[in-house]
Amino acid sequence: MSGLESQLPVLLVAVPLAGAALVAAVGHWVPRILADLTAIGVAAATAVGAVWLVVGLGSGRVVCWLGGWDPQPAGKDGSARESVGIALVADRWSAALAVVAAVVVLAGLLFTWRYFEETSATYHGLMLAFLAAMSGFVLAGDLFDAFVWFELMGAAGYALAGMRVEEPRSVHAALEFGVVNTLGCSFSLVGITLLYARTGELNLALVGERLHDRPPDALVGLTFALLLVAALVKAAVVPFHFWTADAEAAAPTPVCAVLSGAMVATGVYAVARWWWTLYDGVLSAALAEHLLLGLGTATALLGAVLCVCQRHVKRLLAYSTISHVGVALLGVGLLGPAGLTAALAYLLGHACTKGPLFLGTGVLLNQYGTVDEHALFGRARGHWLTLSVFVLGGLGLAGLPGLGLWWGKASLEHTLTTEHLAWLVAVVTVSGALTSSAVLRAAARIFFGLGADPRERAEETATEEHEEQGEVTRGVAALMLAPAWLLLALGIGLAVVPDLHRAGETAGEVFTDHHGYAAAVLRGASGAVHAEHHALWTGSSLALAAVALALSLVLAAAWLWGPPALGRTRVVGALRASVDALHGLHRADLTEQVGWLVLGSAVLAVVLGR
Amino acid sequence: MRRRLPLVLGAVGAVALAVVGVRAFLGLPGAGEVPHPYAARAVAAAYAHTTPNAVVSVTLDQRGFDTLGEEFVLLAAAIGTVLLLRRLAEEAHEDRPHDYGPEDVFEAVRLVGALLLPAALLVGGYVVLHGHLSPGGGFQGGTVLASGLYLAYLAADYRTLERLGPPGVLDTAEGVGALGYAAVGFAGLIGGSAYLANDLPHGVWNSLLSAGTVPVLNVAIGLEVGAAFVLVVAKFLEQALLVPREDGDDGGDRDATAGEGEH
Amino acid sequence: MADVLPWLLYAGAGWIFLAGLYGLVTSRHLVHTVVCLSVTQSATYLLLLAVGWTRGGTAPIFADIGRHRRVVDPVVQAMTLTDVVVGAAMTALLLALSVQVAKRRGCVDPRLLRSLEQESEEERGRPAPGRSG
Repeated sequence: MSGLESQLPVLLVAVPLAGAALVAAVGHWVPRILADLTAIGVAAATAVGAVWLVVGLGSGRVVCWLGGWDPQPAGKDGSARESVGIALVADRWSAALAVVAAVVVLAGLLFTWRYFEETSATYHGLMLAFLAAMSGFVLAGDLFDAFVWFELMGAAGYALAGMRVEEPRSVHAALEFGVVNTLGCSFSLVGITLLYARTGELNLALVGERLHDRPPDALVGLTFALLLVAALVKAAVVPFHFWTADAEAAAPTPVCAVLSGAMVATGVYAVARWWWTLYDGVLSAALAEHLLLGLGTATALLGAVLCVCQRHVKRLLAYSTISHVGVALLGVGLLGPAGLTAALAYLLGHACTKGPLFLGTGVLLNQYGTVDEHALFGRARGHWLTLSVFVLGGLGLAGLPGLGLWWGKASLEHTLTTEHLAWLVAVVTVSGALTSSAVLRAAARIFFGLGADPRERAEETATEEHEEQGEVTRGVAALMLAPAWLLLALGIGLAVVPDLHRAGETAGEVFTDHHGYAAAVLRGASGAVHAEHHALWTGSSLALAAVALALSLVLAAAWLWGPPALGRTRVVGALRASVDALHGLHRADLTEQVGWLVLGSAVLAVVLGR
Repeated sequence: MRRRLPLVLGAVGAVALAVVGVRAFLGLPGAGEVPHPYAARAVAAAYAHTTPNAVVSVTLDQRGFDTLGEEFVLLAAAIGTVLLLRRLAEEAHEDRPHDYGPEDVFEAVRLVGALLLPAALLVGGYVVLHGHLSPGGGFQGGTVLASGLYLAYLAADYRTLERLGPPGVLDTAEGVGALGYAAVGFAGLIGGSAYLANDLPHGVWNSLLSAGTVPVLNVAIGLEVGAAFVLVVAKFLEQALLVPREDGDDGGDRDATAGEGEH
Repeated sequence: MADVLPWLLYAGAGWIFLAGLYGLVTSRHLVHTVVCLSVTQSATYLLLLAVGWTRGGTAPIFADIGRHRRVVDPVVQAMTLTDVVVGAAMTALLLALSVQVAKRRGCVDPRLLRSLEQESEEERGRPAPGRSG
């Protein structure tokens, strides 16, 4: 590791922060294009730096102690080492997540290049701050530092989500987003305080070591529950997910892409990181596994079911994000290197699939001023560019081999099978098929006018979105969709490059190596890991993918052409009533959302704090 | 029933949390005897870097990266608030500049304000600069600086506040403050050690120019915090002066329209 | 008797936290919601400082005390400082959003500002049908 490479983790945070401050300071005095270019340049540089870090890391870790506060030997034998400083720790998976964050933010900034007439340099500053916060969070090796970056993600996120102040839905959704997330972070701060009270340390490795000093009790379990609250709120896991649909439906398109693609991934990452550095070997793994698998299943299924009920395309995509996060949480919940690799690969693929879908929706919004599936019925005929994004994205959500989610999905299904959890494979397949069918149905209606014309039935008035409208020629659409295709191409790369799969599996072993982490952070030691590799393109994984795709297409056809007579049977009627009830529950006002957060935290606390 | 849902959810959750909480808290170590290991090391490190104020040493020297993040939280919130409270094109035509006119404020209040303003600014500057020697620092001092400018509003009117702290200048000032902090960090990196390393000469114990980069960072933070708080409050005041009341009057700000109303 | 103090502080922090949560779930005004969030954050400050309490400890400012004088924990004080600033920043941001919600919807009652799917411009200011308001 050369000198510069060893400082890369810091640069990945400090450079976007400096860029944000620069844009905030002088952005109003300079022409708009200069602010645009600076922001894009900084985001691109961060992406390049993150890729460099991933490539250079191998199976090791880079540890940066800020301020030069390297750990000093403590005690006479000099073996235990402690520090007063903050450490940034990069291993391959955390660096990969930093790449995702940078690339998604870059895509969002490129998307707004040609439209978004009225935004100022503030938008760019906030996006860069958001990027810095995500980088800082995934690289943080210190509990309180992670909390600060979580809060910065929040501050930038709420302002970005509510940016379109003329739109009442936007500001209301941003407010819900803000209150729920801030409350979640407060819960986690209590957890951090209690961990400090118990161990007297804030560094992840040091806290982990201290927690092994005595058998775990209710306090340790409670701290894990409290830390989980903030992570699960950010990740939009049931029952902390109510803010997501509203926020991602109403926020500006590039912000939705960043929230869906990168921010929720950091939430899932947090769960994994904190388990593997703090609680592995301390708390009962079986208990944690059941909890996380349960939450993952509920989230995956609930998100998928609600996804197909939406006509507002952005809300549809938001619920599908919730569903996919649930699936990723299943991987984390397996509490093993293979499951973790699958989960993180799934999240990378999800960013490369969901981002383009949101950007494509943004183009539609720009052209027609609405994203209501029914109002757009048949109107976008001939828009092959946007259609391609929707089709590839929709098929990708079902796990089409060769597209972004393929790696994560196939790996996860394989790992679930080897862990004798085959019924969870069904959950993964079904939720993927449901979300995919919803997107394909929307694409069929919007771009081809297939299926019964929904406007012929008595419907509520379409929701009008007054923002982001402008004259979009084919050339401009192509430019706006370029970042979408970039992300899709990256997804294809993830799926087909075998070296990435091997590297990812090794990196998963590194991530879950509790002792190796502590050794690297506190003693600068590096060790070798042994990873098991399995083939991705096996018969069974391809068969499962075929099942998922077939199911998706069948369901899409059912939504489009499902005979009305079928809808009047008892079973379907009962199903519809329960889904409507679920839907009704999701029209949650702010006080209800807080109530669900409190109840959810209590459930976690009771389960873990025994 | 639905109306009671939040309370029911919250009550059940709170009771469960309280029960688990009490059990957990009973496991907290006997308080107050032995300092936490981190705390003991922190005090030693503060001495090593000639910083009498151990809290500021922890905040700006040992855990300076946290403070960088915190500063940017404030920056993001300030520019976010300005973005969220911006006047849209359709609202601009409702703007009546003369509603912000000079006020019928008692001369005594004006005089006290005029005297207190420089005093507040001086105290703020003092608190910022002496952060490493006595309780204080960039955040605390910046807040005092900001409250000095609030005096301008209270003693005079919104126009005066705007003149003393024009939004464009404040925007730039907070950006410069944040950039300054990040830049000091880079200086450490360029100087060969680490980001945010405290490499300036540590000076003599208890003197103003000691503790290395800490006073410099305090100044940067003071600038940013002061500018941010003034900007945010100014934006809120602007909103208050803009929102029309339902009976057709405009301006919720009594003293702005009191003079007008009496004519 | 000095040993009672930290337990009182923990209990106080817990009580304030619960009070804030109660306010949040029963709130009928957005500004009240944001302030209750602040109250909840205050509980975290109190908890942090309570954790750092040392019997007989004085402020960790060594300008005029000796090196080995017992002091309270400076690390939690730094954490509290950060927490306070973050809390103030969030309060500003959320209040700005509340102001805009009030302007756009003409309503500040979170119970009435129901989830987006059900809202339409005609419901501005009126309680949703079927509720007693």
